Amino acid sequence: MALTLQRGSLGRQGFPCRLWASSVGKKVVMAVTGGILLGYVVAHMVGNLTIFFGDIDGYGVFLRELLSPVLGYGGFVWVVRVVLLLAVVLHMTAAVQLARRAARARPVGYARRPKVQGGYAARTMRWGGVILALFVVYHLLDLTAGVLNPHGVEGRIHANVVADFQHWYVVAAYTLAVVALGFHLRHGMWSALRSLGKAPGASSAAALIVAVGITVGFLAVPYAVLFGIVR
Amino acid sequence: MKYRVRVWRQAGPTAPGRLVEYEIDDVTADMSFLEMLDVLNERLQLAGEDPVAFDHDCREGICGACGVMIDGVAHGPGKATTTCQLHMRQFDPADPIVVEPWRAAPFPVVRDLVVDRSALDRVIESGGYISTRAGAAPDAHALPVPKLDADTAFEAAACIGCGACVAACPNGSSMLFTAAKATHLGVLPQGQPERYTRARNMVEAQDDLGFGGCTLTGECTAVCPKGIPLTAIARLNRDVLSDAMRSA
Repeated sequence: MALTLQRGSLGRQGFPCRLWASSVGKKVVMAVTGGILLGYVVAHMVGNLTIFFGDIDGYGVFLRELLSPVLGYGGFVWVVRVVLLLAVVLHMTAAVQLARRAARARPVGYARRPKVQGGYAARTMRWGGVILALFVVYHLLDLTAGVLNPHGVEGRIHANVVADFQHWYVVAAYTLAVVALGFHLRHGMWSALRSLGKAPGASSAAALIVAVGITVGFLAVPYAVLFGIVR
Repeated sequence: MKYRVRVWRQAGPTAPGRLVEYEIDDVTADMSFLEMLDVLNERLQLAGEDPVAFDHDCREGICGACGVMIDGVAHGPGKATTTCQLHMRQFDPADPIVVEPWRAAPFPVVRDLVVDRSALDRVIESGGYISTRAGAAPDAHALPVPKLDADTAFEAAACIGCGACVAACPNGSSMLFTAAKATHLGVLPQGQPERYTRARNMVEAQDDLGFGGCTLTGECTAVCPKGIPLTAIARLNRDVLSDAMRSA
């Protein structure tokens, strides 16, 4: 049987280019980079919780000593930072390109348009992402560079965190960002699975549970400081 | 009963359009939405005005020709219902009903509520078919199809190509349409030889035609008159990804 299979113009390009050229491929890139960032967020949250159970300053030293025979002191942290930066750049570039494509696809809007199906999480992915990006900049200046931190001494993580969350407005800013993260993850995890071609039955409930868990885990530290549980 | 409708009037593809309000008497609750428009058009013609142009054909919910945005919802408030199967009893005569055409760059307005949906035909041409040997019909049971596959294919094949998914999607994406076709053909044995190239080519075609990308908001499946599920989109994504990895 002679089949004439159409070969698109993309057929001769390599796998990454082909993926990036397609709107579906960009969502695959967003799913994979989102997964990397989710993995980091979970590890970060677990690390934060050492403030309740042990020595968070020592945890910071532990991270810098990881693989230090190979990477040198602090090398591991820099490897992670480079991977995260790449993931964020790819994730945001794909998001911006898809948002612009969506705007081009509907140049004239509707006179009346109520919200029908999409939940709050799905509708706020783009602006929620912008809030998260701005927060990450503030967060790095606050607790990594120490520039915006009231204490801001490198390596004195516990003291920096406690100095931060004495102030209700810092707690409010972190709360806004973490809640935005929860919403972003709630739709993001569910959607990423479908972008990768999986539609497991319980994924909606699972995404909600993980999103709420991460939100609570991150909010535990600022509120513990604000209410004097962690000094 | 007396109803008020605010209908999008646009004389031609490049003419400016606007919502025009009409009052329509003698509409009964048992009239379909299109019959209400018929009553309006009779009045307009008697008054020497241009009737409202709208697409319709079978008026029994199976052809996919009709479809307008009613109060911002594709095909109006009925669940899994085409515009022609919607009845006036669903509406409160106290509120004016806003009627607009599908809005998407690949669906240019032809006149009033009529849009050109041939972009969906271009997507079909890019892969929504199977290549098979013509000739004598094969025996009915020569090619066994598992019951679950047959059901999945049939559910997807119910797509009538009305374009409501595109109209409802905040991204103007045709993913649910394309996914329905790719699922309908992709789960059956007859569709296997072209399964992965079909998925790739149809997605490439809809990208080239100017449809938006899917962000899985679910707006499409909420208004789909045939209830095509979002799992079809996951299946299409899987085939596109498999194709990219196969030919890597």
